[in-house]
Amino acid sequence: MEEKTSIFRKPGFQTLLASILCAILGILLGYVILLLMNPAHAAEGMFAILRNFFKFAGNQKKLMSAMGSVLVKSVPVILCAEAILFAFKTGLFNIGCAGQYTVGIIASLYTALALHWNWILCVLAAILAGALWGCICGFFKAYCNVNEVIAGIMLNWIALYICNIILGDKTVMNTTKSETYAVKGSSLLPAFLSDFFGKNKYITIAVPLTIVIAIVILFVLGKTTFGYELKATGHSKDAAKYAGMNAKRNIILSLVISGAISGMAAGLYYLTGIEHYKIASSVPGMGFSGIAVAFLGGLHPIGTIFAGLFVTYITQGGQYLNTNYYNPQVADLMIAIIIYLCGFVLFFKTVMSKPVNKLGKPPKANANAEPNKPADDKTADKKEV
Amino acid sequence: MALLIQYTLIFSAVLILVALGGMFSERSGIINLGLEGIMVFGAMAGAMVMVLLPSDASKFTIVSLTIIAAALAGMASSLLIAVACIHFNADQTLIGTALNMLATASATVIVKAFNTARSNGSDFSAKLDYVRGHDAFMFSIGPLQLSWFVVVAAILLIVAIVMFYKTKFALRLRACGEHPQAAESVGISVYAMRYSGVIISGFLAGIGGIIYIAAANSTWHFDYGVAGAGFLSLAVMIFGQWKPERIAWSAVLFAVFRSLSNVYMGIGFLQALPISGTVYNIMPYVISLLVLAFTSKNSRAPKAEGIPYDKGQR
Repeated sequence: MEEKTSIFRKPGFQTLLASILCAILGILLGYVILLLMNPAHAAEGMFAILRNFFKFAGNQKKLMSAMGSVLVKSVPVILCAEAILFAFKTGLFNIGCAGQYTVGIIASLYTALALHWNWILCVLAAILAGALWGCICGFFKAYCNVNEVIAGIMLNWIALYICNIILGDKTVMNTTKSETYAVKGSSLLPAFLSDFFGKNKYITIAVPLTIVIAIVILFVLGKTTFGYELKATGHSKDAAKYAGMNAKRNIILSLVISGAISGMAAGLYYLTGIEHYKIASSVPGMGFSGIAVAFLGGLHPIGTIFAGLFVTYITQGGQYLNTNYYNPQVADLMIAIIIYLCGFVLFFKTVMSKPVNKLGKPPKANANAEPNKPADDKTADKKEV
Repeated sequence: MALLIQYTLIFSAVLILVALGGMFSERSGIINLGLEGIMVFGAMAGAMVMVLLPSDASKFTIVSLTIIAAALAGMASSLLIAVACIHFNADQTLIGTALNMLATASATVIVKAFNTARSNGSDFSAKLDYVRGHDAFMFSIGPLQLSWFVVVAAILLIVAIVMFYKTKFALRLRACGEHPQAAESVGISVYAMRYSGVIISGFLAGIGGIIYIAAANSTWHFDYGVAGAGFLSLAVMIFGQWKPERIAWSAVLFAVFRSLSNVYMGIGFLQALPISGTVYNIMPYVISLLVLAFTSKNSRAPKAEGIPYDKGQR
């Protein structure tokens, strides 16, 4: 008994439990929606979404290939979520991720299709473009006190329209189909384990790279002075300034890094060639899905990977629905419900840890346990000076 | 030129209403990023009423029922924000984003199911046609074709201004956005005020949604949502510094640019310029970003917005 309660009191476990609860509740509500739309086929429809690509279970090659597609499609959403998570941990809500992703699309596709650069350069261009967009947002936040959410929203739309102008060019866009040409040759990302995934040529180094990036973020935020400084600035800008940190620089750097990851997400997705950019009238939803995935993943870099895979799995599952009875957007609706429920995570957690909060107040205990670190930072800063 | 004025009036009506909605919500202390989603719900409800009304319905019935349906749908969907953010202390930015996703997805699903059911399974599109409803809203003064929507928006603007400056209710609402604990200490119910703020924003944004899709178009594809009009309204609200009369002026400014991108082809000297229509689309965003940069140093944003209300906090 004693042991059980202590597990429930661990914040990590609570977050995991809350996220799983959200996912299950979301799926149940999705089932209710299917029931409302067409009661006779609801069970069958739900089964189709959840079984997903395992319907190819008899055919090894097809199964692995379909699984590969889910992996490829989850790369951008996981990376966008990592970008948002990084900014969020440093106290900034980077809703501009969608715009940074969009300029990433511009840079990667233009360099690949019009200039025929090598893939490394194309990805670098995407990263730089995203970083630049993040930098603009950070500049407005740090020097002009413009709320990063508002600046981000403006920059999203500016990015979208610029994207439609640049990628609407004849060298890049097949104007009859109003979508970009296929990425070819050395601009494509190198394949990775493609034979293992049923010769799915879209499986590239993007997949392992995503995991590496998640681990790097975990390390930077948790184990480095730099990450600690960023987090401290997010917590209290004035206190950070008082402790000798350059608050303005830290705000801009957070958004630059977040933007760079978002831009990279676009590069690592569009340079696989799995999807062509089409002229759009609204900002790509990837950045917004990223917000969702980051929260579903409990704002933890590794949890985010699983959340991203889950969200992509369900979204792709919509395609396996029988279109006579349902339309694939039901899966999107389920995801939206799950994200909405994520808002209640804090509430679930308070309910679970109520007895602890009354007695021991764990957050305060944590804050007290950390004074060693800022002291280290101060000495480190002094040495630099 | 008449066309430009027409479009400007319509876009200003949309932006004014939705931005006023955002203002009431933020003044009560809740950031409403879900305006876009609320607009979609309002638009969907209004469009469905226009489609479903019998063909012999009078103009007045069509106009009033459509607007009522849109407003009700907007208020209902705003409850999703109110409950989560007021009672459950949810992250307001996250809930707003979730509502936007929820709105587009459910509008697509509902309209598709609606079309499939009505056409006996031959029409799977997420598109509604409401030519008759659209026509019912039109009236002309000389060469200028106007829409009843614009009149409704003008009335609501005046009501909002009077309410905001002259009533006890608005004063209390504003107190909850600045310092909820102080408001509570003099006997104002912060929960009730925040609920009313969010629901008013749902009412206004719902009507804004139906105006956006019905005043200049007679069909709408619901898989596009409302293409960022809700976010543009947020910009208008900040540009207007959370004050109704300034919101009205900034909405007109934004609307002029938005309309230019639609009608610049018809205006001789603008067409001669080597500028694509997309540039006019960018203008409002660039301008508001720059203006915000110069004015945000002493921003008039409500002090307690975005912070869940905690009774015990000092």
